Amino acid sequence: MSPSRFAPFRWLASAAALLAGLLGAIPAHAQLSIEITGAGAQRIPVAIVPFAGEPAIGGLTQVIRADLERSGLFRTLEVPPLSPSPTERSEVNFAEWRARLADALLVGSVAARPDGRFEARFKLYDIVQQRDLSGIAFTLSKDQARATAHRIADFVYEKLIGEKGVFSTRIAYVVKRGNRYELQIADADGFGPETALASFEPIISPAWSPDGRRLAYVSFENKKPVVYVHSLVDGKRHVAANFRGSNSAPAWSPDGKTLVVSLSREGGSQLFVLNPDGSGVRRLTSSAAIDTEPRYSPDGQWIYFTSDRGGSPQIYRMPAGGGTPQRVTFEGSYNVSPRISPDGRHLAYIARNGGRFQVALLDLNNRQVQILTDSDRDESPSFAPNGRMILLATVINERGVLSAVSTDGRIKQRLTTGGGDVREPAWGPFIE
Amino acid sequence: MRAILVAIFAATGLFLGACSTTSEDPQGASVESRKPGAGTDAQKPRVATVDLTNKPGGASLSPLKDPANILSKRSIYYDFDRFDVKDEYRPLVEAHAKYLRENPGTKMLIQGNTDERGSREYNVALGQRRADGVKRMLMLLGAKDAQIEAVSLGEEKPKSEGNNEQSWAQNRRSDMLYGGEF
Repeated sequence: MSPSRFAPFRWLASAAALLAGLLGAIPAHAQLSIEITGAGAQRIPVAIVPFAGEPAIGGLTQVIRADLERSGLFRTLEVPPLSPSPTERSEVNFAEWRARLADALLVGSVAARPDGRFEARFKLYDIVQQRDLSGIAFTLSKDQARATAHRIADFVYEKLIGEKGVFSTRIAYVVKRGNRYELQIADADGFGPETALASFEPIISPAWSPDGRRLAYVSFENKKPVVYVHSLVDGKRHVAANFRGSNSAPAWSPDGKTLVVSLSREGGSQLFVLNPDGSGVRRLTSSAAIDTEPRYSPDGQWIYFTSDRGGSPQIYRMPAGGGTPQRVTFEGSYNVSPRISPDGRHLAYIARNGGRFQVALLDLNNRQVQILTDSDRDESPSFAPNGRMILLATVINERGVLSAVSTDGRIKQRLTTGGGDVREPAWGPFIE
Repeated sequence: MRAILVAIFAATGLFLGACSTTSEDPQGASVESRKPGAGTDAQKPRVATVDLTNKPGGASLSPLKDPANILSKRSIYYDFDRFDVKDEYRPLVEAHAKYLRENPGTKMLIQGNTDERGSREYNVALGQRRADGVKRMLMLLGAKDAQIEAVSLGEEKPKSEGNNEQSWAQNRRSDMLYGGEF
């Protein structure tokens, strides 16, 4: 990995900080900065020509470049200044781009519209196959430049990788600074954090509703764990579960109509389903053991959960309507925090190996287990909606940080913030 | 010196006045016998103190705060991965059970805690198991279910922040709190 590959990120980070300072758009809290600590074995070389006219909206291609690099699946090529600089309307000289070792080429332009808005157009080419992979035109205002760049990066990613990109998605996480806790929402690249909830008591277990509009989470503001549902756009929140005892570990059904939670109201910690408004509570498990950390499978048929009914905490699954649980994990004496991949084929969880807590990935078909991380205090894994990366919380130099690892274990990123501990990440769904 | 004499006079006058009032006429007719202008301090209406602080179930529960009283002790500590109340805490739990029994209007919140290792949510469940265990013991000793709520703070509210066994031992804990204390 050459040092030059880091340069765009440093530039981006300082530019972002400068922008934030100038516009005052971002409150005092620092945003996450992402450092790539491991990349894919084969990265597609992509040439991205700066879009004609893009300075008028603060630029698009720097963001597109950073997105693609961060994914670990692309290598963006240095493009020398060209005259005339090609746009989406130019004829493409495939041989010339091939000589520059590009497998793909992105060209485009930004033009002002009479209504004060802008139009961004681009085209993607497969240089090897000499094919036009088409493009899209976006109408945008200046403050939508980053969002538009993420959309373009998603387009490139999907055309060249064959699965949806996650550059337009958002992540939720909790920052603890001193005795202050903030539930924050940021773009997947860590940009533009916004605080959904600030509290002097802990906040844990944020869970996105399938439509990405609401978060369920556990807040200790009443000196005990209580489950809330929080609408992000207007900040309206309501109690979903505040029964006698502890109320914790919320998860949404894929249709967004049901929450499954762990409640101690009838003794112990047992699984219950309820409507997101708190009505219709129904008990799902009846064990003398701990049953917690429930998660629906993406098809809604199963609930995976952590239970110590066998003597040590292990992952089980049962039919979503309740029924006899089957044990899923067998290796080791501490396997917790189950998360099913979006395609339903893999189970990510936290395994204790010796004294280390690490992210493990179980292939549900062939039962192979792979340890994905080399850190030792991992918690709260969360799949990207395309299933490629897993976001997790860990501790490095006694500070809580987020990191991300690809499901093949090759690509690694670390996300840190200016101050405080970052924890409890949850990757949001695709935004349509 | 003069001030002291005045004070003694005043106090004596008050004492005498009080005696005469209560002994002579409980209906308050003694007001008539007072001589206007003489010993005004002594004739100021007295203030009767109603003291709830020693009364069980009141706003302030002094035996619970008296450091000499076992009831002022509220924490039960656990060994790693254990949930049973160790023998050394039995007298403490018995004392609180007796207090709850004798003061049926009193409510208690038990907060179970764990050390920081492992899953936050699983630790909420482990803390709950600790709190439930204390509640069960209090109930076996005569406290009523409705008096006690057992909850968990998991690993979220550590008493000691260190990443070592000494700190962890402080954090594997159940705390018993009475109404007004949380």
